[in-house]
Amino acid sequence: MFVIKCPYCGERDQTEFSCHGEAHIARPDNPAEVSDEEWGEYLFFRNNPKGIHFERWTHDHGCRRWFNVMRDTVSDKIVKTYKMGDQKPGVKDV
Amino acid sequence: MSNQNRTMFGGRIDRGQVINFVFNGKRYKGFHGDTLASALLANDVHLVGRSFKYHRARGILTAGSEEPNAIVQLGLGARTEPNMRATEIELYEGLEAASQNCWPSVNYDIGSLNNILSSIFPAGFYYKTFKWPPSLWLFYEHFIRKAAGLGYSPTAKNPDRYEQKFYYCDLTIVGGGISGLLFALAAGRSGCSVLLIDENPELGGYLLDYNFSINEKDGLKWIKNIVDELYSMDNVRVLKRTTAMGYYDYNYLTALEKVTNHCDQLSKTIPRERYWRVRSKKIVLAQGAFERPLVFADNDRPGIMMASAGKKYLSRYGVLPGKSVVLFTNNDHAYQTAFEFNDKGAKLSVVDTRENIDTRIQKKCDDLGIKLYLSSSIISTSGNKKVNQIEVQKVDRKQNELSGECITLDVDSILMSGGWNPAVQLFSQSRGKLRYDKVLNTFVPDKLTQDQIIIGCNNGCFDLTKNLNHSYQEGLNAAKDLNYEAADSINWKGEEEISFTESSVEPYMLGKKKVTKGSKHFIDFQNDVTAADIFLAQREGYISVEHTKRYTTTGMGTDQGKTSNVNALALMSHIHEKPVDEIGHTTFRPPFSPQTFGAIAGRSVDHLFDPERRTSIHKWHVENNAVFEDVGQWKRPYYFPKKNENIHDAVKRECLAVRNGLGMLDASTLGKIDLRGPDTAKFLNMIYTNAWSKLEIGSCRYGLMCNEHGMIFDDGVTTRLGEDHYHMTTTTGGAARVMSWLEEFLQTEWLDMEVFCTSVTEQWTVLSISGPNSRKFLQELTDIDLSKENFPFMKYREGKVCGIDSRVFRISFTGELSFEVNVPSRYGRFVWEQFMQHGKKYNITPYGTETMHVLRAEKGFIIVGQDTDGSVTPMDMNMDWIVSKKKQDFLGKRSFIRSDTSRSDRKKFVGLLVNDKKTVLPEGSHIVEKALKQPPMKMLGHVTSSYYSPILGHPIALAMIKNGLNLLGEKVEIPLMNGKVIEATISDTVFYDKEGSKNNE
Repeated sequence: MFVIKCPYCGERDQTEFSCHGEAHIARPDNPAEVSDEEWGEYLFFRNNPKGIHFERWTHDHGCRRWFNVMRDTVSDKIVKTYKMGDQKPGVKDV
Repeated sequence: MSNQNRTMFGGRIDRGQVINFVFNGKRYKGFHGDTLASALLANDVHLVGRSFKYHRARGILTAGSEEPNAIVQLGLGARTEPNMRATEIELYEGLEAASQNCWPSVNYDIGSLNNILSSIFPAGFYYKTFKWPPSLWLFYEHFIRKAAGLGYSPTAKNPDRYEQKFYYCDLTIVGGGISGLLFALAAGRSGCSVLLIDENPELGGYLLDYNFSINEKDGLKWIKNIVDELYSMDNVRVLKRTTAMGYYDYNYLTALEKVTNHCDQLSKTIPRERYWRVRSKKIVLAQGAFERPLVFADNDRPGIMMASAGKKYLSRYGVLPGKSVVLFTNNDHAYQTAFEFNDKGAKLSVVDTRENIDTRIQKKCDDLGIKLYLSSSIISTSGNKKVNQIEVQKVDRKQNELSGECITLDVDSILMSGGWNPAVQLFSQSRGKLRYDKVLNTFVPDKLTQDQIIIGCNNGCFDLTKNLNHSYQEGLNAAKDLNYEAADSINWKGEEEISFTESSVEPYMLGKKKVTKGSKHFIDFQNDVTAADIFLAQREGYISVEHTKRYTTTGMGTDQGKTSNVNALALMSHIHEKPVDEIGHTTFRPPFSPQTFGAIAGRSVDHLFDPERRTSIHKWHVENNAVFEDVGQWKRPYYFPKKNENIHDAVKRECLAVRNGLGMLDASTLGKIDLRGPDTAKFLNMIYTNAWSKLEIGSCRYGLMCNEHGMIFDDGVTTRLGEDHYHMTTTTGGAARVMSWLEEFLQTEWLDMEVFCTSVTEQWTVLSISGPNSRKFLQELTDIDLSKENFPFMKYREGKVCGIDSRVFRISFTGELSFEVNVPSRYGRFVWEQFMQHGKKYNITPYGTETMHVLRAEKGFIIVGQDTDGSVTPMDMNMDWIVSKKKQDFLGKRSFIRSDTSRSDRKKFVGLLVNDKKTVLPEGSHIVEKALKQPPMKMLGHVTSSYYSPILGHPIALAMIKNGLNLLGEKVEIPLMNGKVIEATISDTVFYDKEGSKNNE
């Protein structure tokens, strides 16, 4: 059970949040123009790294805002949380 | 004779308060402050249970939560609990407990035949024997399950209340022994918020049973002062009788507080147990250590117990468990027990595996006349229901052989000590790494992985003075670390009569009975795992520690190997001639001790298990005999039976009332989302499959939502209330999902869109009135002009209804002339009752969800989640008309041209009419081209909705059928579970009012 720092509310218990998978997967600007393969990539393919993972979370039982979490899947340590639209942090930044 | 083993005085029991209890149907007396175990020993009851596999007689091994043997069935009826440790059960008036795993009684147990036949029950017996033939396993299992297991679960509902508590603090200290107390004192004095947890009814830990001094003054008094000071601090909270069960990530700790378990009267207002969920900045582990048994032949007989346990029974409870006692040890510390027993009149001898011992101890033994057998071990024990004789022989430790004379001693008790194992369970749960200490011969904490501190014996330090000063200093350091101003440091000098310095592990004892097939050198008492079993597992290739554990079951059971793990590992190390480090250890998992499901569930039982949502009209429904159905969390009226009506009668009456007159539905549960902002139309264009740009103010439109896979995900009517203001409705069950879906795209994809979504489901009560008389009826109660010209189908108007400001939508889910009246929820019941009152002359009929389903099916309207299942596109549902061809993009659009979604032979939504005109097909039935005697046969699809239609006078069904739209008029077959085959004809999906004129009236 994590303690997650919501960028809007501060540190809260994990029970207030839910996770929505990998972050930084942009919807193609013009889906009609992408190939089946590219569309399939967007729909179905996700990274499952051992180590740093970027993922989307929502503060459901709080401010209901979406934000991104940088988490180490080995230690389960949350390295950083940041707002939607913020630059994806590099591993060196933290 | 009662309490014959009680000493004349002494102990921390209240001899003025006699407590009556029953064990195995017999009445006994104990004192306030006793545990069940101490009271039984006081009454000379040593045989308390039968072992798991061999049904061997077992007694009381320990005096704490690590007890593997003395586990009993506690209490009666609905409150009975299996596998309760007699060593932890505090005695209360009227307590009833019984031995487990024996029949007909613990004294004469048929199952003990297993012991005689034990050579055919080695480790892996069940795996090997009942493997063949595979088909017979279910037959064997029935008998094996019966034979396995110890106690029994209650069959009645538990009548007690359990609570949960969330708690946040700076420091949580697990263990109220001397180290934990001093840490708490230092942190408390420095101002930290502290939670101190201890599983015992009294703080002070093991020192309460030993003779020690602090700064040359009485230690017990000193402890009392500390405890008093802790209780006086507002920032310190002390939880006694509370066991820390789980230690998870981010310093999250769960603990079970036994609130009233030890009371004879259970309170109605105070919970029986309280489950704590604690999050603290730092966790301090000060749980101390468990004494380790020695492994020798037949080391499990009643009368054999841990030396520290013997000390505790004597010092704390005033019980002398034996009169003729042998201490079997490999360390100095256990001698304190011997001296104490000698002092209280027991005849003592000592068998020590070591060649040399401390000269002061040797001298004291000589002075007291205690016979010492050095370099020796107990090589056998005898005594059926209690140990009565032992054999002792010299051990040449270098050559690992026995030598010299074999001496026989008559004893009635053996106290054993193989050293101490720090209680590393919680530390290990927290992902902390362990290290094997060659001096202590046990695992000790090594690398910390969380913000935690380990102190005292728990950290593998057994020096009293060091522990006192280190614990207090650590408490001050922690306070500093948390930005508190630390109190002044203090130094103490502690002195124990004999301190635990060094010990060695004897993995097994040589003896007359060597470790051979059938010999019983017990490693794990609870699971009847012997040294021979460990040998066998290694021979048969179960060499990894995880495999050995599972093959032999060592370390499993309710005690999770608290006394057995290290000995098993030491033996494996001996067999493989490898250091214990390289053998490794199994993973400790929560819970630390067995815990009740009641506490985990807390208040989330019965109607509190899941929140129940009720509309503002709910009470009226209850008062008017509604039968309810659950839709998501909502309670919705299913139908409203009148006297003697069954569901079919009621639904038929309700359906005909709507079709022919006037019906009313409580539709408040529909999801409602208020959308505002300049980009709302643009947003709706992306969310829905159809076009929204041209929807006029005051108009309603039906919309279908797809996910990015192109599959239907929700539907509903959205209305434009104002320039930048829309009112969206969703399915009842999908409301929260849709709200999140909208927010997801607004917050993560289209951050530039200015749209604000607000859930207003509970703000509006929706009365859906439907039927040919609905306009005439409603016009009498509203100032809105309901005429066809002013208020056409799919329009929206505002005005007063029964004097209440209302929103009225002219939309229809029945195919009849319909109005959906939305009033603020606080007026919901008022307006509903007004409608019922004024509608009398139209015979207004309240109807439920079943009628709603029949009416919509007659019109072929889909229900998302019933007719669709997350794998169908709008085209599959024959709803191409709602998919915009002009819009460049909307959610799901791109997926419509994926090869699978655009296949021509996909299942399509069609109607189905049974040829016998009377069978209502079960929903979910498979549809085949031709029913054969047995599979395979050509499968076409399945029935999604099926009802009897009162207005048509025959059943109707909706179905998904492969290539169905090209099969209209074709005959198919539906094989039923009862073997019957029903013929049906594929039709279109609209069964009633095909032109759709009625809702346009």
